[in-house]
Amino acid sequence: MANSIKVLTDKCMGCKVCEDVCPFGAISMVERQEHPKKLKLAVIDLNKCAYCGSCVQSCKFNAIELKKESLQSGVDKSLYKGVWVYAEQRRCEISGVVYELLNEGKRLAEKLGTALSAVLVGSNIKSKAQELIDRGADKVYVCDDSIFAEFQDDPYTSVLTQLIEKEKPEIVLMGATNMGCSFASRVATRIRTGLTADCVSLEVDPKTRNLQQTRPAFGGNIMATILTPEHRPQMATVRHKVFKEAKIEQGRKGEIIEYKVNVQTLLNRTKFLSSIKDTSAVVNLDAANIIIAAGRGLGKREGFKLIEELADLLGAAIGASRAAVDSEWIPYSHQIGQTGKTVAPKVYIACGISGQIQHMIGMSSSDIIIAINKDASCPMMQSATYALEGDIYEIIPCIIREIKSLKGG
Amino acid sequence: MNIIVCIKQVPNTMNVQIDPETGRLKRDGVESIINPFDEYAIEAAVRVKEKIGGKVIAITMGPPQAESALREAISKGADEAVLVSDRAFGGADTLATSYALSSAIKFIGNYDIVICGRQASDGDTGQVGPGIAEMLDIPHIAYVKKIESIDDKSIKVERMMEDGYDLIESPIPVLLTVVKEINTPRVASLKGKMAAKKAVVKTLTAADIEADTKRTGLNGSPTQVMKIFVPTQRTGGEKFSGEAKEIAAALVKKLSGVGVI
Repeated sequence: MANSIKVLTDKCMGCKVCEDVCPFGAISMVERQEHPKKLKLAVIDLNKCAYCGSCVQSCKFNAIELKKESLQSGVDKSLYKGVWVYAEQRRCEISGVVYELLNEGKRLAEKLGTALSAVLVGSNIKSKAQELIDRGADKVYVCDDSIFAEFQDDPYTSVLTQLIEKEKPEIVLMGATNMGCSFASRVATRIRTGLTADCVSLEVDPKTRNLQQTRPAFGGNIMATILTPEHRPQMATVRHKVFKEAKIEQGRKGEIIEYKVNVQTLLNRTKFLSSIKDTSAVVNLDAANIIIAAGRGLGKREGFKLIEELADLLGAAIGASRAAVDSEWIPYSHQIGQTGKTVAPKVYIACGISGQIQHMIGMSSSDIIIAINKDASCPMMQSATYALEGDIYEIIPCIIREIKSLKGG
Repeated sequence: MNIIVCIKQVPNTMNVQIDPETGRLKRDGVESIINPFDEYAIEAAVRVKEKIGGKVIAITMGPPQAESALREAISKGADEAVLVSDRAFGGADTLATSYALSSAIKFIGNYDIVICGRQASDGDTGQVGPGIAEMLDIPHIAYVKKIESIDDKSIKVERMMEDGYDLIESPIPVLLTVVKEINTPRVASLKGKMAAKKAVVKTLTAADIEADTKRTGLNGSPTQVMKIFVPTQRTGGEKFSGEAKEIAAALVKKLSGVGVI
């Protein structure tokens, strides 16, 4: 076994601290009739334990013994060099998240003393390579073929896997978009390496060259830092708006490498038939600078008219809590939170949203949070940058009038 | 048509409370439920069966108590249930989970469609579905919001994208991960509940499915948890209360101050 953990029965005092601390609910306390003081004993459910060591740190009696042994992957890590960003594009439009990844990737590459490369896969896409260099890429691998005109998992997985196996980067970062999430896992599985989803912060240890990938665990109320210690490349996805965009440096020098795609070697089992733009998906929450979201406190479907009026005035997108969506006041595409979208706008206005953790993890990295709620004690009001206590239906019309007079005057 | 639905038992986080002192989740009395996204997967599978005939097999990897999730799947229309359970599967990351589930699916064999929820509400990765497809060496389509048509050779589905949706065709066998828009899951019928009670849930161990234990559980997981910590909470900002007009004016002033208006 690679890792082992056990409770030292003679040291455990049955204090329950570890049970409370365990993020995975893997520890339970059992009665010990045979114990002279009838102290309880902590028992670890190995099916649930992730060997994170939280309990070991928390135990005052040193009663938990954790042995971590590094796995031998058989991978020669020294062969892997460089940081890669997958430069996702849809219909020759580079996704916004790519510029953010280039910014973060550059920082990591500099810390590791290595180069930053971008991988561009598409059809008639070569002209976009310089854009990536302008944003910090030292090298751009271009895979240009009509087979990549529309996103399909098979050919995209094949080409990215081929390129990774040939060039051996140590880190590969991808956007946690529908496209990225769909095929990143396929690539990692084919290479048999680790992939960490939805990272909110990245760091590197220049000594081990390990990427420290931090992401919300168990609904975001706790964070986990995850390593891929023995496998390469270390792969991670990151959502849009988590990192700041790389600045443009016009005409920056870089190398453009055209990867000769041999279509015969690419899998291509599915067929793209057509694409439909969804006008209701104009709800581009990811790209919005201002989001106005409403929840249960709105009380009725018609309340969204008021929200829309303010949104129009501010050029804002409209979001909603799960409560509002489940009440069928607004479509699911507007839902923000654990089961909806994650957003990080400059300003987030939460109207009648109390702030359950499931909602909070979807918006808590917004720059400015404004809460409007009758209940000043709810979590959203407590954590807001500006908390306005009162009735939505009184305050919002006043805000609208105020803005109109400001704009008009 | 044989349809396999992969489900996961998760803690019901919708009712979870946070301990204000430690900032951690209170786990006392938290019930286990089927991952909400998997409810749509079960429903999608049952609807395919109802339309063109066949059998739905629900499968989960987890501890013995995950059996209750499988019984619930049967109550909602699945015909058979398989629990993939072994100490050797414990501590698995998404790669090792994909390996164990795909090995079990290969063992079950003779499948046409595998359906998964888009992600699990506890891990929130969405990586296992595509991972299983890769290990089964079949195509997958993620974020499916509608099954447009299906026969024994191919399937046409709508795949949700950020700017709308794509219509994609795939040969069978295929793996789909489905989103909430695909259907409204049914409530278990009385007949379904009876069937769930009577059902025999088959358990498969690592040895049963001939899984290489170097590739399961912790041994087979390239990713490792280095540490776990409670994020620093956002501290409270400015509070405004009183007359609606006044607090609205104060807010607008703040917003124009930061250049939003």
